[in-house]
Amino acid sequence: MNYTVRKFDAVIVGAGGAGLRAAIQLSEAGYKTAVLTKVFPTRSHTVAAQGGVAASLGNSEEDHWHWHMYDTVKGSDWLGDQDAIEFMCRKANECVVELEHYGMPFDRLDNGKIYQRPFGGHMSNFGEKPVRRSCAAADRTGHAMLHAMYQRNVKVNTQFFVEWQALDLVRDADGDVLGVTAMDMETGEIVVFHAKATIFATGGAGRIYYSSTNAFINTGDGVGMAARAGIPLEDMEFWQFHPTGVAGAGVLITEGVRGEGGILRNSAGERFMERYAPNAKDLASRDVVSRAMTTEINEGRGCGPNKDFVLLDITHLPPETIMKRLPGIHEIGIQFAGVDCLKEPLPVVPTCHYQMGGIPTNYSGQVVVPKGGNHSEPVQGFYAAGECACASVHGANRLGTNSLLDLLVFGKSAGETAVNDLRNNVKAHKPLATDSIERTLARVDRLNNQKDGADVHETRLAMQRTMQKHAGVFRFKDMLAEGVTRINEIAGQVAQTQIKDKSKVFNTARIEALELDNLIEVAKATIVSANARTESRGAHVRDDAVDTPETPDGRDDKNWLKHTLWYRDGNRLDYKPVQMKPMTVDTIELKKRAY
Amino acid sequence: MDEVRQARINRLKWHCRRALLELDLVFDRFWERYEGSLDEQGEAALEGLLELEDHDLWALVSGRETAADPKQAAMIERLREVSPAANF
Repeated sequence: MNYTVRKFDAVIVGAGGAGLRAAIQLSEAGYKTAVLTKVFPTRSHTVAAQGGVAASLGNSEEDHWHWHMYDTVKGSDWLGDQDAIEFMCRKANECVVELEHYGMPFDRLDNGKIYQRPFGGHMSNFGEKPVRRSCAAADRTGHAMLHAMYQRNVKVNTQFFVEWQALDLVRDADGDVLGVTAMDMETGEIVVFHAKATIFATGGAGRIYYSSTNAFINTGDGVGMAARAGIPLEDMEFWQFHPTGVAGAGVLITEGVRGEGGILRNSAGERFMERYAPNAKDLASRDVVSRAMTTEINEGRGCGPNKDFVLLDITHLPPETIMKRLPGIHEIGIQFAGVDCLKEPLPVVPTCHYQMGGIPTNYSGQVVVPKGGNHSEPVQGFYAAGECACASVHGANRLGTNSLLDLLVFGKSAGETAVNDLRNNVKAHKPLATDSIERTLARVDRLNNQKDGADVHETRLAMQRTMQKHAGVFRFKDMLAEGVTRINEIAGQVAQTQIKDKSKVFNTARIEALELDNLIEVAKATIVSANARTESRGAHVRDDAVDTPETPDGRDDKNWLKHTLWYRDGNRLDYKPVQMKPMTVDTIELKKRAY
Repeated sequence: MDEVRQARINRLKWHCRRALLELDLVFDRFWERYEGSLDEQGEAALEGLLELEDHDLWALVSGRETAADPKQAAMIERLREVSPAANF
């Protein structure tokens, strides 16, 4: 199989928020920068982010980055690295103001300053009371952000390669990253993008689960590529689940529905949240509600022919209230559940929403791996930012509006670090490592020529159902162990997928098979890491992690206050310490996470 | 189907990969039903719709907005018909 080589100073994979922000940094500094993307930049999944971006601007009331930092550490259940969290919260204002200067149409106060609204988990004065910290552009914050940054990139001559599928990292014998191989979807041509700096900003892999709020493009391509290149994946057992996704579809039903008086019911019509959270009931925190729903389903009180969902009931609310305050929900019920929610309850299940783990980085956006006694040695030429990366600021649980902040701050930081490295350390391209390219060509060749292999759609579905059942929102020792075996079996099938369509032009069957190669790495990392972590922390909740004075809510700091590192080679696990020391302030000391 | 037309359909199918899950689900069903029967007029209408921003396209598919162009409005009707709920 032939390939051509194109040289750039920097290649960025992914054109969502993190990729676009990194590209601005490099192109503005005058470096020849290529951005590869599967879909047009403004169709990246960042578009779906509505809540806003957190920054302690203090436009409506007093606020401080240190308070934001406290909230983020607490939200992470102390698994977040406190240096990276301080870095992110301190940089927030600068990044939001820059975005404003790029033309982002933020909502405004009468005095012209950016309007800010409260959001779950964001408090003033170290957890005292809610604070207005989220900056938004109506309900299209992510979309407006992408537009502003795409325009800026056009202005500074970033070169976009739209509808290109990245295949693998190019890594030489020293472990240095020299670029990526990629396929032009329009022609099937394979090109090596030879670069002095390679930045991954490929987003999350929420499609490993059967029920996911993520768009179909979220297949963890960068995470899979990193794993195949020998880079460990960090904290992949931590996935945020949203309690109310439409059963069978995944489409998100906003928390506002329960805020307006929506009630969760089991097959007996019982308002079961009264048993699990007598005070907050249906408005208890996301993880509490999700766990309660899962318990109801597991104990046989689910609804429907397979007893695999519960009901969200708003039929007692006046129709005019629903139509006025929750108009989108009525339409979603009709479109995706076949239910008129004015008359019947909606079928819902806890649904995968966000990947907290990913490719390990430091706060400068450099990808870091254990080497020679140092647990965080930078990989030369390789950077990552956004949902595909793990800095780690979200730790075991992400706060709302911190994801858009993450991609701005660390997209910029990765770009800045790459610019510094290009200026000071990396003057010339290293010679290409052809054996690494050959391995990629062999992988594509195998797919093109496979006979009597596994069906891509069925194999993906088997993986998604296994992950949902065995490593969902509430986890059980035996189920996890069985799940590891099952996912390893499915990985064997993924290695033998077959496509019938061999055409070159926009061969979606081939693209989906290549995406599955990436998804399965994420699924393996998730279930193996989750099986090993025998405590409960943040979004990782195990039935067998007992609540004792030493292990409150099952969190075992003595044994598990550490980051997981999963290696593809042999499904091996390693661990590294959590960075408890911030950059300048005192450590936020461990305590039980309670709201 | 000849190669050129198949390539055009494949391209359209890829352009149906969107930023919002809601649209992915609708298009998934659409292709299941119409892949073999989409005529050139339908292709053109779909192509036009796919140029829209995702939120605007979803506003049309969910019925909150109406398409001005009659051919596009007809295509929106087909997309609404195949919504997953229709087979629930």
